[in-house]
Amino acid sequence: MSALLELTGLTKAYPGVVANDDVSMTIQHGEVHALLGENGAGKSTLVKMIYGLVKPDAGTMRLLGEGFTPAEPRAARAAGVAMVFQHFSLFEALDVAENIALGMENPPKMRDLAARIREVSQAYGLPLDPSRLVGDLSAGERQRVEIIRCLLQNPKLLIMDEPTSVLTPQEVAILFKTLEKLRSEGTSILYISHKLEEIRRLCDAATILRLGKNVGTCNPREETARAMAEMMVGEVLHVPERKPHATAEVALELRGLSLAAPSAFGTALKDVTFSVEKGEVLGIGGVAGNGQDELTGALSGELPAQAGQIFFEGHDIGPLGPNARRALGVLAAPEERLGHAAAPDMSLTENAVLTGTVRKGLSRKGFLNWRAAKDFTNEVITRFDVRTPGAHTAARALSGGNLQKFVIGREIMQDPAALVVNQPTWGVDASAAAAIRQALLDLAANGAAIIVISQDLDELMEISDRFAALNAGRLTAPVPAAGLTVDQIGLMMGGAHDLEAAHG
Amino acid sequence: MIALEKRPEPSRAWSFATPMLAVLLTMIAGGLMFAALGKNPVEAIRTIFWDPLFGEFAFYYRGQLLIKAGPLILIAIGLSIGFRAGIWNIGAEGQYIVGAICGAAVGLAFYPLESFIVFPLMVVFGALGGFLWAMIPGILRVKFNTNEILVSLLLVYVAEFLLASMALGTLRNPDGAGFPGSRNFRSYPAGFNEEIIAGTGMHWGVVAAFIAVIFTYVLFARHQMGFQIKLAGQAPRAARFGGVNPARLVLFCLGLSGALAGLAGLFEVSGPAGQISIDFNVGYGFTAIIVAFLGRLHPVGILLAGLLLALTYIGGEAAQSALGLPAAAIQAFQGMLLFFLLAVDVLTNYRVRLGKREAV
Repeated sequence: MSALLELTGLTKAYPGVVANDDVSMTIQHGEVHALLGENGAGKSTLVKMIYGLVKPDAGTMRLLGEGFTPAEPRAARAAGVAMVFQHFSLFEALDVAENIALGMENPPKMRDLAARIREVSQAYGLPLDPSRLVGDLSAGERQRVEIIRCLLQNPKLLIMDEPTSVLTPQEVAILFKTLEKLRSEGTSILYISHKLEEIRRLCDAATILRLGKNVGTCNPREETARAMAEMMVGEVLHVPERKPHATAEVALELRGLSLAAPSAFGTALKDVTFSVEKGEVLGIGGVAGNGQDELTGALSGELPAQAGQIFFEGHDIGPLGPNARRALGVLAAPEERLGHAAAPDMSLTENAVLTGTVRKGLSRKGFLNWRAAKDFTNEVITRFDVRTPGAHTAARALSGGNLQKFVIGREIMQDPAALVVNQPTWGVDASAAAAIRQALLDLAANGAAIIVISQDLDELMEISDRFAALNAGRLTAPVPAAGLTVDQIGLMMGGAHDLEAAHG
Repeated sequence: MIALEKRPEPSRAWSFATPMLAVLLTMIAGGLMFAALGKNPVEAIRTIFWDPLFGEFAFYYRGQLLIKAGPLILIAIGLSIGFRAGIWNIGAEGQYIVGAICGAAVGLAFYPLESFIVFPLMVVFGALGGFLWAMIPGILRVKFNTNEILVSLLLVYVAEFLLASMALGTLRNPDGAGFPGSRNFRSYPAGFNEEIIAGTGMHWGVVAAFIAVIFTYVLFARHQMGFQIKLAGQAPRAARFGGVNPARLVLFCLGLSGALAGLAGLFEVSGPAGQISIDFNVGYGFTAIIVAFLGRLHPVGILLAGLLLALTYIGGEAAQSALGLPAAAIQAFQGMLLFFLLAVDVLTNYRVRLGKREAV
């Protein structure tokens, strides 16, 4: 029997960048095949060509031994290729069955469709009620809608783009069971991810892309995660070193912090209580949208709290704004790089002034010292290896990883006594992520209290001394991170969905 | 196929070139319009742009240039500060009127006292009047989150009725034989905003405009407040993260633009206009919006744009009388200027690519 899908010499160039350069790979029947690579390595372009969204400049594709040149996604679907995107395309005001019907060429009667949805969802262990409104579903449940929409087409190849980025560990386990069942039935899966442990658990083969080229195929079960990461990055990875150094001296403390949701789509914080010691890293996990942004804002001073709820070294800093907190040494780096942590159209120097004025003495009597600001910017660029033409470059011209190094470096170079970072390595390539984590650990080693809010559990386990989880605006009691099992973490995060359904 | 490609960073060269290009395109399109009206386009354009500066009657027009450009620049500078922060004061015309009324009322209250203190007091109260009128949309926005565009615009019409009431009632010249309009400051030297150098049009309002240009230049180049204003306009969330208090910024920007518009009104009423009258306001407050954008919200740009717009005003009037062009055609010509400016602005942030578009 020939392979399911054979790609030979696929090339696709965009102005100024070759997204895929002579990529060849083979997907066998009934195989879960991982597609690995850093951001910008060309994974998306490759799957878009398979799914008919992009036409290759050169190269051929063969599906089941026959030439395969889908002109549009519809043709790809007709040939048996289905795809679950990272970002869902669902209508919140419609129910599950209606959403699925919208994506079909010839939808059957609603009652028959609902019955089929139930049938498929039970067969594959993805509980889903066809009559529920999508707006009421959790991210994990929404993903099931997309998966079932694909499964109804009986695909031969299912493409999944970073499917676990929105899931709790328990939901990941359910998804993996489903994928394993599909595999046993002979469906092939092309699985895009950069979570290496996950790939080692699930996948039969892995193709690794770097700068648009296929740099190797391996069996992930036989490789270490580190070996694969080094293939992805093309250099020897530096694993952060960490030793516990909490000093039992409390730096930052929250006492029953409650905060109304800042907008209709925000999450209210409810009775959040914890303390972080000097030299300690507190990791805060949780599924996105459970109060991470609000907690970051409350700690940075953007969302001032009432008196008596936030203390830093004994000072009540709840009502203080961002600059007053900076003066005391409480610094923050929000999640959204462009537009929040940095102004996109402003130069790096101006973005250094954005948070550095108070602590770096960049202004005197309100007048800015641009020379000092530029020196400070260049220090950050040098020490954190920010790849940019210079301090005058607009923030939006930097790649995500480089801007993130700048944003985190800008705060670290101000010598914070407490630093709050939200998603410090989101969308950042592996080597930059390792550098950022190491910088955070070094800062803690020098006695700073650090709070890392992240959805990347591997990251939190790697650098945290203690771990807590946010769900629906509540924070679990922090527990020591060493020795936590995935099940325990999942339980801490997992209560979220029940609460979310109840209040949403 | 023409495609627009976003530049990695805004082009500095184009941000200087686009205003010139806009003026050029306006001349071409305006010329076509004048031709369609049956006038010689070259002559019309020359009458508008060339004759007031270098023609036969330039000695008269040159003085008019500063008289018209002064208030435009002064108001536009104030507006540009708010516009950069994303705070849209559209009601400078109203603040201009109220500033003129307050300043004039203070001056007239002292009539016929001859003291050096009268004119400075008028200046202070002119600024205060505009400031307070602009505080209405400011406080409403901060307290109740109303839209400052609507509130400031509607207050223009309130101010116009106030002006009429003042001209016909409270401030009417007691020696004026019942004619509407206040006492004329030309006959009250202590309150008159005289030309500093005769025949040049250079009065205190023009001086104030130049000072405002320099002040704003320093504000944006070196001062933290200017940085915060830019930041708030470009990235509001980043501004809050950077410690900008949005409410304070709204009040600062509206208050400052109101005060400058009020000053412009005071210098006008005490100088070139001479008195409070029903038709005292001639639309400087609205034209200043065009000036602010034509100058790319940059103080030096606004200085040049104010002079250019003043030229089209004076040249436009000359063209009306010399060539019989309708007033509406001149207004359409000025409208074209703003239209083209906004249209070509896209070149600053985007690059035009000719050729087949990539299928995405």
